[in-house]
Amino acid sequence: MSAVTDLWHRVTGFFNQSKPARIGLIVVFVAFLYVLPNREFYEYLNIPGVWIPLYTTGNDMAFVLFTCTWTILLALGLNVVVGYAGLLDLGFFGFFAVGAYTVALMTSPESKLITEYNWFESPYPWLVTVPIAIALALLSGVLLGWPSLRVRGDYLAIVTLGFAEVIRIIAKNQDWILNGDRGIPQVGHPPGTWPDGTPIFQFDAKPYYWLALTMVIVAVFLIRNLVRSRVGRAWVAIREDEDAAELMGVPTFRFKLWAFAIGAAVGGISGSLWAGYNNFVNSATFSVENSILVLAAVLLGGAGNQAGAILGGFLVVYVPEWLRSVGDVFGWPKTVRVFDINLDVSPTSLRYAFFGVLLIVVMIFRPQGLWPNRRRAAEFKDRRQAVVVGEGVG
Amino acid sequence: MHFDDLVNGFPNLTTTGLTQGAIYALIALGYTLVYGVLRLINFAHSEVFMFGTFGAMWTWGWLGFGSTSGRPGLGTAIMLIALGLVVAAVVSGATAVVVELVAYRPLRRRNAPPLAFLITAIGASFVLMELMGAATGRIQFGMPPLLPSNPVINVGGWRITPLQLATFVVALVVMFALDTFVQKTRFGRGIRAVAQDANTAALMGVNKGKVIALVFLLGGLLAGVAAVFHNMKTGNTRFNVGFLIGLKAFAAAVLGGIGNLRGALVGGLLLGLVESYGSALFGSNWTNVIAFVVLVVLLMFRPTGLLGESLGRARA
Amino acid sequence: MDRKPLLEVDNVTLRFGGVVALDQVNFTLYEGEILGLIGPNGAGKTTCFNAMTGVYLPTEGQIRFRGEQISGRKRFRITKMGMARTFQNIRLFPEMTALENVQVGADAHHRTSVPSALLRLPRHWQEEKQGRALAEEVLDFVGIRHRIHEVARNLPYGDQRRLEIARALATRPTLLCLDEPAAGFNPAEKASLLELIRKIRDSGVTVLLIEHDMRLVMGVTDRIVVLEFGKKIAEGSPAEVRDNPKVIAAYLGVPDAA
Repeated sequence: MSAVTDLWHRVTGFFNQSKPARIGLIVVFVAFLYVLPNREFYEYLNIPGVWIPLYTTGNDMAFVLFTCTWTILLALGLNVVVGYAGLLDLGFFGFFAVGAYTVALMTSPESKLITEYNWFESPYPWLVTVPIAIALALLSGVLLGWPSLRVRGDYLAIVTLGFAEVIRIIAKNQDWILNGDRGIPQVGHPPGTWPDGTPIFQFDAKPYYWLALTMVIVAVFLIRNLVRSRVGRAWVAIREDEDAAELMGVPTFRFKLWAFAIGAAVGGISGSLWAGYNNFVNSATFSVENSILVLAAVLLGGAGNQAGAILGGFLVVYVPEWLRSVGDVFGWPKTVRVFDINLDVSPTSLRYAFFGVLLIVVMIFRPQGLWPNRRRAAEFKDRRQAVVVGEGVG
Repeated sequence: MHFDDLVNGFPNLTTTGLTQGAIYALIALGYTLVYGVLRLINFAHSEVFMFGTFGAMWTWGWLGFGSTSGRPGLGTAIMLIALGLVVAAVVSGATAVVVELVAYRPLRRRNAPPLAFLITAIGASFVLMELMGAATGRIQFGMPPLLPSNPVINVGGWRITPLQLATFVVALVVMFALDTFVQKTRFGRGIRAVAQDANTAALMGVNKGKVIALVFLLGGLLAGVAAVFHNMKTGNTRFNVGFLIGLKAFAAAVLGGIGNLRGALVGGLLLGLVESYGSALFGSNWTNVIAFVVLVVLLMFRPTGLLGESLGRARA
Repeated sequence: MDRKPLLEVDNVTLRFGGVVALDQVNFTLYEGEILGLIGPNGAGKTTCFNAMTGVYLPTEGQIRFRGEQISGRKRFRITKMGMARTFQNIRLFPEMTALENVQVGADAHHRTSVPSALLRLPRHWQEEKQGRALAEEVLDFVGIRHRIHEVARNLPYGDQRRLEIARALATRPTLLCLDEPAAGFNPAEKASLLELIRKIRDSGVTVLLIEHDMRLVMGVTDRIVVLEFGKKIAEGSPAEVRDNPKVIAAYLGVPDAA
């Protein structure tokens, strides 16, 4: 055991000290991520010794990876809000909805903006609508933040939760433009054709995954630029002591608003990617449960660290999916009869229950998340050492 | 906008709103109690409520009253309701205590940060909801008809059904009992002491762990009561019934000032009324939007809710 | 003294409900001096400070900084105008390093914001470099350069106090307000703090010092304002204040460590 940990320390030590080695490792890993959705490649991935595949069998691997990737984008956006600025936002999926609907309304030939209101003659291509989607998501972030950032803490959580719910209900009930539950079909796809003339972006999830992965990489770098500048310092200062930050010349309200706007913009990108793939947008995806799932991703991974957010975003999608596959491999029974009732115990059905257990267990044993940033980790260590008076009595 | 609907239906809209509001208030009290003592949004409380709805339903089913059976006599109905209340309260109370023991207590031992609690709360909510979903096949279950639907009071078009009357009376009695319990008894003093300053209370000999378990139990009991009336009002339940109603009850708690017991009552009733009037005015599709818009607008102007936080002290 | 007034506290009254925390307080701070603000516990020193830095809005009266009315302005704007402060109970950003703490102060004068930071535009990059250089210089100035990469909460108490001063200095203030900077210091530490305060004044920054320790105040200040129960009861040079019977009665009369 100690030999293993020793090796681990030596390896991590090497990568910590040598920058080229670190960059090399990241490049190799990113390359791995790009080839991952190819069947010829992932078929060989399994837990050594026991034959448990690491890939998913319930859904197409590329599709699952694409879902992971747009969730990761959301987690990255929310990480700016929750992780860096310390603002609890429970309605983050609302911005995803804004992005998705913007793309849908502008690229679908069946959009009512075209068929009924004649705002424009013919649908725009997907690519043109993405910047608009981002801009609108950013704007809605500002519009939501302007009034609600005046309230603090848990109240902010409920205000944002309310906002997401309102967006969903408007999308559900609103018949004039968003078409209610029937939604908007025939949403445009991203551009590009293979050499043989067939469009790249159709119903195969693989190219979307590549596109989303690229966006994740871009987002990581841009957010990293922010975090390592005065902006990131201002956010952390606000998180740690808002009043002191204000008195040291940090325009706290403005930076909180920026955090909201940037998070929202990233959420909007994610929504526009999803809409481009899904071809159909209605209100069903924008439930509050999803907002909570993204928040869980950020905190599970480790708030305030982009690597953590990525890990979290990956896990919240992948683990439930993978549990289904494991059930298939071992041929677990799908139902059990207890008394006279058939209980559905298939991993498919229980995957969110497993996931819930996972959340509880991780939070009990690693409340700082799986991959926290150095600063947060220290904070948690200190908290643990502080003995709570009275807990022993209870 | 249908102003005439609002004006013509005003008395009946008020009764409907107050009835729904009483249910919200009962659930909101669970959020507010826990928040007041632990500063924790007990996200799993909606599932505590949901377990109560099933507890009552199964009791009735076990006694031979299913969604297809005929209406029993009044005496039997009252018996069934009383039994349902007891079972639902016990089931919900037990669920709440289990959640506290499994999901929150280990974190408190480790002095985890507030956000970690929120995540385990979400996790616990997932577990409870999904287990119930798996156990019940994720379908909707109907309730047996218990109380007659012809109004007990009918004055010039203003009608009150037996169910509305029962809901309101029982809710008020239960809330009055809770208020007395918290204000007058030794346990209640313990709750208030921990809410004000947990560590000092512990030094003064209050058993913090017991107080916290008690608070969860109380919240669960009230949610169980709410569950029975919700069952009878909507006539059905399913594994995810808790989510939206829990969200709204939490909104009600915030509306009144979270941590404040009377605030939960005021917030719940107000939310019920606003929803009722609002759905007449804008159409029932918009009920949920109205609830949240009111909440958001109110928080802009009174950031600590109508009555402010008070079970312990207000938080900066 | 015919120096230019920097800060004018003009008939400031501050009430919280029925409690009068400040009662028509009047004093002027001139450029380049060290003014001591003293008084027994609860005299309203920190309240006065908070009114000046925009934490509280005076009920009546005006506070002018460099001739401009500042009460009611946003707190970060007051900082940008050149007034910086420290806190009686240390309020650093505990998980940030010493350097980062000071950089937050230096950022007060950054012109570039999110868009240029996002794209790392040269102008932004330039400002970041300047901010960092300034931060290092200030850390050097207060004498804790060697702590530069340590997390603030791990610093020894005295260095935390110095770090607070450094963070305030990094905002490039014309007026530095120190709220009991020597609290909890031993005599040796007090002496070196005294030296630092003089050094700050000599570098061209006016200093307002709230202090309990009379010896420290007498030793370093040019003038002293004495508050009691929210009222100004005396003003003058250390020697004048020391001999003022009112002050002796109110403050020196009580047994004090000093």
